[in-house]
Amino acid sequence: MNSTTTGSKPEFGAPIRRPERLRTAWLGAVLVALVALCFASVTIGVRQVGWGDVQAAFGGATATIGQAAIAKRIPRTVMALVAGAALGVAGAVMQGVTRNPLADPGILGVNSGAALAVVLGMAWFNIALSYTYVWTAIVGAALTALFVYAIGSLGPGGATPMKLALAGTATSVALASFINAVVLGRNDIAGGVRAWMIGGVGGITFDRILLVLPFIVLGLGICLLAARPLNSLALGEELATGLGENVAMARALSSLGAVTLCGAVTAVCGPIGFVGLAVPHACRLLVGVDHRWLIPFSALAGACLVIGADVVGRVVARPSELDVGIITAFVGAPVFIWIARRRKVKEL
Amino acid sequence: MTNHTLLVEDLVAGYGDRQVLEGIDLELLPGKVTAIVGANASGKSTLLRAMSRLLTPSKGRVLLDGKAVHQTPTKQLARTLGLLPQSPLAPEGITVADLIGRGRHPHHGVFSRWSKQDDEAVAAAMEATRTVDLADRPVDELSGGQRQRVWIAMALAQGTDILLLDEPTTFLDISHQVEVLDLLTDLNRARGTTIVMVLHDLNLAARYADRLVAISSGRLCVSGAPSEVLNEVTVKTLFGMECRIIADPLSGRPHMLPIGRHHRGE
Amino acid sequence: MTAGSSPSTAGSSFTAADGSASPTATLARPLAEDLSASRRRRVSRRAALIALLVVLLCLVFALTLMLGQSFVPPGDVWRVLLGDDVPGVSFTVGRLRLPRAVLSVLAGCSFGFGGAAYQTLLRNPLASPDIIGISYGASAAAVVGIVFFSLGGAAVSTVAIGVSLGVALLIYLLSYRGGASGTRLILVGIGVAALLESVIAYSLSEAGEWNMQEAMRWLAGSVNGASWGRIMPVLYALPVFGAVLLSRSRDLEALRMGDDAAAALGVRVAPTRVTVLIAATGLVAFATAAAGPISFVAFLAGPLAARIVGRNGSLLLPAALVGALLVLVADYCGQFLLPSRYPVGVITGALGAPYLIYLIVRSNRGGGTW
Repeated sequence: MNSTTTGSKPEFGAPIRRPERLRTAWLGAVLVALVALCFASVTIGVRQVGWGDVQAAFGGATATIGQAAIAKRIPRTVMALVAGAALGVAGAVMQGVTRNPLADPGILGVNSGAALAVVLGMAWFNIALSYTYVWTAIVGAALTALFVYAIGSLGPGGATPMKLALAGTATSVALASFINAVVLGRNDIAGGVRAWMIGGVGGITFDRILLVLPFIVLGLGICLLAARPLNSLALGEELATGLGENVAMARALSSLGAVTLCGAVTAVCGPIGFVGLAVPHACRLLVGVDHRWLIPFSALAGACLVIGADVVGRVVARPSELDVGIITAFVGAPVFIWIARRRKVKEL
Repeated sequence: MTNHTLLVEDLVAGYGDRQVLEGIDLELLPGKVTAIVGANASGKSTLLRAMSRLLTPSKGRVLLDGKAVHQTPTKQLARTLGLLPQSPLAPEGITVADLIGRGRHPHHGVFSRWSKQDDEAVAAAMEATRTVDLADRPVDELSGGQRQRVWIAMALAQGTDILLLDEPTTFLDISHQVEVLDLLTDLNRARGTTIVMVLHDLNLAARYADRLVAISSGRLCVSGAPSEVLNEVTVKTLFGMECRIIADPLSGRPHMLPIGRHHRGE
Repeated sequence: MTAGSSPSTAGSSFTAADGSASPTATLARPLAEDLSASRRRRVSRRAALIALLVVLLCLVFALTLMLGQSFVPPGDVWRVLLGDDVPGVSFTVGRLRLPRAVLSVLAGCSFGFGGAAYQTLLRNPLASPDIIGISYGASAAAVVGIVFFSLGGAAVSTVAIGVSLGVALLIYLLSYRGGASGTRLILVGIGVAALLESVIAYSLSEAGEWNMQEAMRWLAGSVNGASWGRIMPVLYALPVFGAVLLSRSRDLEALRMGDDAAAALGVRVAPTRVTVLIAATGLVAFATAAAGPISFVAFLAGPLAARIVGRNGSLLLPAALVGALLVLVADYCGQFLLPSRYPVGVITGALGAPYLIYLIVRSNRGGGTW
């Protein structure tokens, strides 16, 4: 397959197909890395714990302080794994749907949309942490994503990276000032909102994970189903239609999946930026641009990134902790700038 | 008839690490129309950009009346050498008369005021390009052909003796292409302006230019009168394609007919 | 390589130029007079509108000195301004209202000026310094200074100015790749903004109760508690950077047609760009250091000014006036017209957000140029 002249650049400079053997090797490597990181996440932390306590904690013991610390790190690790996988997939799908290398839940303003929805819910409808809470965030995220994409693709050239990024950033800034206006008038909810905005996977418990798990499973399922249509969409709307794809349907379905994923994650962890941006780009270099490989691979790599960021956050700022979102921003923002620098001006 | 000379000496230029022009020597004839032709990515536009000092060459020089253009103060240069880039941006909300007036920029300093001469130059440019009726229209509402006339008017208002144009006919339909080229011919005849343009269409280039400059992978392939340059061998070198040359019944210039796989025989 | 002979082309039917080589052709004279008349009309209309903005600004300025919790008659205000000691009034007007109004005007002017310069240079109304990360440099520096080093007053300002100039330079260097492009600058700015945002978030998460309030107040953007000490740096910075920008306003206007077209007109593109960026960043940095990042003033002033005076001439001066008006009016609303008191940045933010969204829609439809 050559790069066509129809204005659709099939994908972002990565090879279409990698040899099967290479891909399988990478898959193995990422799985090993994931297991290693999970192990590290359970054993490494602000408090150093001996190996005996680790083993005991896995048996369910919480007798010593060390064992209790480990017991708290297990749900945290699970949450990081789930959040990372969800965000990685959401990013890969969003980049596929918009055919835009800079699409990312954070850049598209989805995080701010979820945040505003939750803040409004807290301020006016007294919602508490429950299914409603997750729903609210997902609806906020979906509306924002739709809005940003709609205004970003107005005008000649469609949704160019720059228009989309500017529309997303501007919308985020706008939503943030709404949040500011709401919160400043309501001292009663300010503390709750702030705690939520800082977010992170720190204080996560298993019942909160169970709360979002259905949404995540649903979102992941939809995204995996969308892999094949996304491959057609990569050729451009017209060609995809020509190949017999129902473009509108494919877009709506895959966007729904992606938005569900990042809305749900944002609802429990607060905004975690740039995972959805950086992970799919790295994965494309490893396994090529076939979405049937890219999506599952992004899930694994995303999980690795978030777990890794969480571990790093616990280590670098001892005795306190750095939130995952901050670490991922420091990993992801340079990737964003690198992409912006690498591309020719006309493609932006 | 003007007698400014523009001389290109051993020009090497490119973008970043990518070298596009690999040593070009060229002398442009004052008072004539020159068309630069060649395949996509052969370096036509790069040559034009380097000549108008939009691009700094890594080696070689461009001499205007014996002085290197890349060392000449920009405003001074812009009073002799005009350039119409391939896709200039029409600022939103600006009117045609105002845009054409922007061509007077090189004639003004920080504090100088708009003068009668400026108004006359703008008026003359509008007359020449038949844009008088458009004077108060916003530029962003114009059609492609009208817009191109306005841009040319702006370049005219600049009042330069040499005018470089980068693909002035792209995105225009054939009637507007001819209109723009006619306009440039008028300008060349009436004011003696030296015109150098990059053109895509070999046949239009042969018909309108006094001289063709053929560029192939960053080097000068051949230059001269259309009748000398445009032949089967040149086209084969430039585009790797068989063709036949006939005489254009309207102008007597050479006219190129491409030969595809299906039309080889008689 | 021989020179081509020029066989005559058939059928050129050109009448208007008539073979006359001079641009001052007699035929063009009546048209030139028409053009000159209509130009004069436009110029005087523009001058009148700018004068109107100045008058309006003076009026609002005077009103904010008179109105408030208590009404002060114009005569008393005048006497305080002249330096007389008027019992019961000198403190309210001279110590509270006057510095506050002066800071509003100066910060608003600076934001409007700098914002319009950025927007014109980058050919995009959305590319204002408060959206593409320039202001974030000042914010992040200030919050880090407040939270981790318990800095206050002048120290915060100095750090904020230094860091935001540094951030602007960093954005420029990162976007430079065989020539700087406006598009890339915007994108790199967004990336850097995201980074700085996470620095701010982290600092806030580490802040104690007192520092937190201080930092939040600073982030919201406020002219509360304005003092002459806070005003002075802006008072010096505005004329200097403003004059630099105004001297470049013609080149800036030419740049709206694209780098190539501007270069063809004799604009030295790279030096102009760097000069404008430095001056505009300086304005925004000094104003941010004094009043915090008052949301959207830099962004709103340009487009609003374009609505008022049209887009045929430079927007710098009108945008500065509109910026000052915006901050004055919004601050008054935040203080007295709403049930609880809000810092001025919250008001401009809430007012600006819908307009921002409207503008994105409109500018994207128009192809993104401005």
